[in-house]
Amino acid sequence: MHIPDSKVAIHDAKRVGLKAVQWLDDRTGLLWILRHSMFHRVPRNAKWWYVFGSATLMFFTIQIASGIVLATLYAPSAAQAYDSLVYIDTTVPFGWFLRAIHGWSSNAMCFMMLIHLAQVFLHGSYKYPRELTWVAGVLLCVTTLGLAFTGQIMRWDADAYWGLGIGASIADRAPVIGNQVRALVLGGPDISGATLTRFFALHVFVLPGSAIALLGFHLYSVLRHGISEMPKVGAVVEPATYREGYEARTKKTGVPFYPDAARRDMVVCGALLIALVGVAAWCGPFGPGELPDPTNINASPRPDGLFLWIFAALALLPPSVETPLLLIGPPLGIAFLAAFPFFCNRGERAPTRRPLSVIALIIIVVGAGVLTVLGMKSPWSPDMNAWTSAPSPVEFTEHRTPLELQGALEFQFAQCRNCHAIGGAGGERGPDLTEVATRLSWDQLVRQVQQGGGNMPAYGKTLSSAETQALVAYLTTLDGGDLRAAIPGALEQQSSRDAMPAATK
Amino acid sequence: MSEHESDRASNESAPDAPASCGGCGGGKTEGKTGGNRRGFLFAAGTTLMTIGGVLVAAPIIGAAIAPARNADPDTWIPLAPASGFTVGATVLLKFKKVVSAPDDGMTSATACYVRCVEAGKFQVFAVNCAHLGCPVEWFEQSRLFMCPCHGGAYYEDGSRASGPPPRGLFEYQWRITNGTLEILAGRLPGLQEGT
Repeated sequence: MHIPDSKVAIHDAKRVGLKAVQWLDDRTGLLWILRHSMFHRVPRNAKWWYVFGSATLMFFTIQIASGIVLATLYAPSAAQAYDSLVYIDTTVPFGWFLRAIHGWSSNAMCFMMLIHLAQVFLHGSYKYPRELTWVAGVLLCVTTLGLAFTGQIMRWDADAYWGLGIGASIADRAPVIGNQVRALVLGGPDISGATLTRFFALHVFVLPGSAIALLGFHLYSVLRHGISEMPKVGAVVEPATYREGYEARTKKTGVPFYPDAARRDMVVCGALLIALVGVAAWCGPFGPGELPDPTNINASPRPDGLFLWIFAALALLPPSVETPLLLIGPPLGIAFLAAFPFFCNRGERAPTRRPLSVIALIIIVVGAGVLTVLGMKSPWSPDMNAWTSAPSPVEFTEHRTPLELQGALEFQFAQCRNCHAIGGAGGERGPDLTEVATRLSWDQLVRQVQQGGGNMPAYGKTLSSAETQALVAYLTTLDGGDLRAAIPGALEQQSSRDAMPAATK
Repeated sequence: MSEHESDRASNESAPDAPASCGGCGGGKTEGKTGGNRRGFLFAAGTTLMTIGGVLVAAPIIGAAIAPARNADPDTWIPLAPASGFTVGATVLLKFKKVVSAPDDGMTSATACYVRCVEAGKFQVFAVNCAHLGCPVEWFEQSRLFMCPCHGGAYYEDGSRASGPPPRGLFEYQWRITNGTLEILAGRLPGLQEGT
């Protein structure tokens, strides 16, 4: 029988290839590793719910790759960091895109990680024997949030500078050792170049190193204990029998991770990857914002989206509990979350049988969501420029007497507008005053302006009695157009209004 | 120690390897000299490692925690001629920080508010809000300091007017030396400083 040369060649190549693989396996144990990682059996019903961990891992690898290249371009010096970012954005080929990818991938990683955490919690996957997988996951979560915060500092703009100031102010609240803690955090008695290099070391060495070590243990634990099955009502976790049952089930009905389960990971990761590139290209890099100038007091610092809920909580917490909550809250919360499986590592995993856990999760998600939205709007912050920039629509000035118009000027120039909106424009710190005349009488308005109260500063020392008179005269015309004063005012004020029929229209 | 010696040592320990415990020295079934030597080597190794470790750790930890040892470097800093202030006015002044390094860039300077209460009498406020350190802005017309972060507000004398701050604005100590207004500064102002 004649065998064509090409077939012989293929046969030879295969034999050589096989030999090479055998040699490699003999020296490294590669096949064993592959068998227990890529081809390990996973439960058949581990489907779309299980993609979030893989997505987080993918974004982390993007962070490492893009971060290494960024580290070769970035100058971690307070004198040059800002300029080097501008240089990367404007001059380095693909520089702006690289920064955009690093920034958006960071957001995506945090988002996927939080979904992963919520899913694992919802499905009770942290129960026996996966307690330490959960602990490593919680620590990874903390490390990742640390990377996000330190990354924000790398931008070295006004937000970074004042963000550090907020961090230092929190550290400073620690009794007795506050000063030392703050000096350790900042690398000196104040925010300086030493602060940036400190956070740079954290961002590129300490935290990524910790994350890689924790991730190694996390993935090893996943392989060691196997992926948890989808929770089923009645499928109770019993430490004495769980392992045996799990192994029997995955042996009988399980599928190899690659390609069966990996297919879904690949679809999701691929789609997210393309979405990332699209968002990064469309939205561009984050910052740098205003210059990190400690003497520029016009800055209005805001944290990145991920930390807005903390920003909001700091505005809304009662001052009396603020310090203890700030100092004890975070470590206690993290410790509780990490220790959670040790309180309940057996029993039902199905969410329908764990109503308390579901309710807790909903409360946390809704709470964080509401705080984040509040943080975006930050109604507690005065609109610092409203007094010069907010428009005064015609209906708030026409048909007013000279006294009332003088009051309208007082309203503008005494910065009332920074906290009080009229006609929808202005700050939201205090109530909207479009219809204030229907709520407060002349006397009440005078009292409120002069003595303040209810979170309003007193203007008694600032405004003369004539100015107050004018201001209040103006405020009493703010009745929403045609509404009557709900509370009868003082007589003299009433008569002054009566003398001016046009104002009530 | 030569290779030959180390071979012999491992040969000696081979029969009772499970029972030997490195550091206990002079095990029951071991030759007295061998056991002594193993114990000595273990003790010597531990000692050397400890001494070496401490020596190596000294510069590593020492440099890392150095900032905490100089957490309070307050010094008198000259600001401006004391006669140059308008009575009743509050102005923003920049000054160079006490501790600064070549690569500090813009952060080598900071600012404060100087209020001239009357001729030769001042109040000098930190720009940092007493709540969480954000920069407060001075509004001449309403004579208020307002914070853009969480809405803290202060009167012109620095006392708390409204919002979350637990106290009034931080004040620097001041003095006039040879006609120059000086303040005692050096740290990022914070609650730790007391009043």
